[in-house]
Amino acid sequence: MNNEQCTINNAFKGKKAFIAFITGGDPDIETTEKLIVEMAQSGVDIIEIGVPFSDPVAEGPVIQQADERALRAGCTVDKLLDMIKRVRPKVEIPLLFMSYINPIFVYGKEKFMQRCADSGIQGVIIPDLPFEEKGELSGECAKYNIALISLIAPTSGERIETIARESEGFIYCVSSLGVTGVRGEINTNITEMTARAKSVSDTPCAIGFGISTPEQARTMAELADGVIIGSAIVKIIAEHGVNCIEPVKKYVKSIKEALA
Amino acid sequence: MESRKGRFGEFGGQYVAETLMSILHELEKAYLHYKNDAKFKKELLDLLQKYAGRPSLLYYAEKMTADLGGAKIYFKREDLNHTGSHKINNVLGQVLLAKKMGKTRVIAETGAGQHGVATATAAALMGLECEIFMGKEDTERQALNVFRMELLGAKVHPVTSGTMTLKDAVNETMREWVSRTCDTHYVLGSVMGPHPFPTIVRDFQKIISEEVKAQILEAEGRLPDAVVACIGGGSNAIGAFFDFIEDKSVRLIGCEAAGKGVDTPENAATMTLGTTGIFHGMKSLFCQDEYGQIAPVYSISAGLDYPGIGPEHAYLADIKRAEYVPVTDAEAVSAFEYLSRTEGIIPAIESAHAVAYVRKLAPTLDKNQIIVVNLSGRGDKDVASIARFKGVNINEQ
Repeated sequence: MNNEQCTINNAFKGKKAFIAFITGGDPDIETTEKLIVEMAQSGVDIIEIGVPFSDPVAEGPVIQQADERALRAGCTVDKLLDMIKRVRPKVEIPLLFMSYINPIFVYGKEKFMQRCADSGIQGVIIPDLPFEEKGELSGECAKYNIALISLIAPTSGERIETIARESEGFIYCVSSLGVTGVRGEINTNITEMTARAKSVSDTPCAIGFGISTPEQARTMAELADGVIIGSAIVKIIAEHGVNCIEPVKKYVKSIKEALA
Repeated sequence: MESRKGRFGEFGGQYVAETLMSILHELEKAYLHYKNDAKFKKELLDLLQKYAGRPSLLYYAEKMTADLGGAKIYFKREDLNHTGSHKINNVLGQVLLAKKMGKTRVIAETGAGQHGVATATAAALMGLECEIFMGKEDTERQALNVFRMELLGAKVHPVTSGTMTLKDAVNETMREWVSRTCDTHYVLGSVMGPHPFPTIVRDFQKIISEEVKAQILEAEGRLPDAVVACIGGGSNAIGAFFDFIEDKSVRLIGCEAAGKGVDTPENAATMTLGTTGIFHGMKSLFCQDEYGQIAPVYSISAGLDYPGIGPEHAYLADIKRAEYVPVTDAEAVSAFEYLSRTEGIIPAIESAHAVAYVRKLAPTLDKNQIIVVNLSGRGDKDVASIARFKGVNINEQ
């Protein structure tokens, strides 16, 4: 296993990992850069940076609007990569991109992965690249040691083992049907999903979609190796704009304490 | 035409969230079973003949032929189908399939409202719940169709995200489907989206070209020289082309929406200006920027106002089997009026794009040559917006 994947692995060692998502360039690139540094200092174990897309089909309204704000503010893949390269020496945790396939495909798959490796990105999560199509990127990811994170969903059933066997970094367990966004409760049988994945693979499992409160984070963390929180953080950024750093830090710390 | 599962050359595929993969496999399995099921085929044919009014007429436009002074022009009258367009062909097939799969609810996107009306109609007939997603801008320019869908018992959701047109309606229908797959079928309206939709929709639409072939052989004893159809996602065009693909002497011509012109930013000319990308579940051609952000597109026609194109068309263009040409708003509106006055047929503004190109093509061909135009829909829904385009106040609002 290569060094980059080891660091993702390390984020899960001896603790429940807290994976935080923010949309890159929302409300602007400078704030994203500060958020990465401050969230890492506040105990986040992995940061997922969303590449804003015009048509984020897997997202609920909160992240859709964040993507719109970021694009209006002029965020591009090039600007995000430049920012990652600047911020990389200041943080020691893994940084991942969450991107739809089209921005990567159009940018140039090889050029994108090469620049990710150069900037210090450890992995990518592609919500519209299911197992059957992962060949679209797996060659380029392998060449530049970028982990291609797999997702499993409540509808995956017997697909879980197939997906888990070839998983890298961690397995993103989608907690609920539907799009991203805060949910009152999560009714899926998560235990069965993670058990199926773990029956064939040692890759850590992290649960995402719908988690917002410290209580939810604690409950979900008991069922897996980590939790992913996105919309709840993006909502704070939407509310406070460039002044979001302190409220985001406060929120992030409350989640970290709940997972301790 | 499929080189490997769900692929047309390099185009097509299944680029969707993991959550949808199981339902897409379930759909593919059900479709492969029922497409060869004698009882299903009989039920569908009965619906098409006794409910939708198939076969649709192949009409010789004698006056228009004389006026243009070139090739003989025939119209395939899909506008005469129940609900007024070719959309009913696909919808009857998919809603029947959904019912066989045990689904109790259907959802669909719509642009101009033709597909929404057809879906609401089939859902009413077969007793399924129906919800339609339509860009807010389109609900305004096609208000009559919104009311029509509601009359048929459907719930219409105006979509306020993004550009509030067809692309955003597709986004929102996908978001709805991903949250409720167990009892719900997504009746995709064109030959686009993830596999198996481009294949299923094409198979339900290919009846157009199969009928045309038999009808033109009976009328003229020979195949046409060209088949012309308008193209947004491409369902009426693939329907009109499909049975002629192997007949290399037949030119296949798709007419896409150039809006205010391909040299302006306001158009939807995917084939002329688009580049390869991956969106809405498929690898195909899209109007997009250098960073892969999908471009806001424009056309007077809500049904052609889409930034992508079905993958089989991208393939037919790639192998140079079909030609695709841009037609502007102004040319389409002029053809809309021309056909109304020359033949007494008011075409859908979408179909008027094909008529517009035929006005240019026919005079360049010999009198013994034959053009078949797919008249995909009727124009009643467009009368108010054409009046607006011309600055005529008809007190509808």
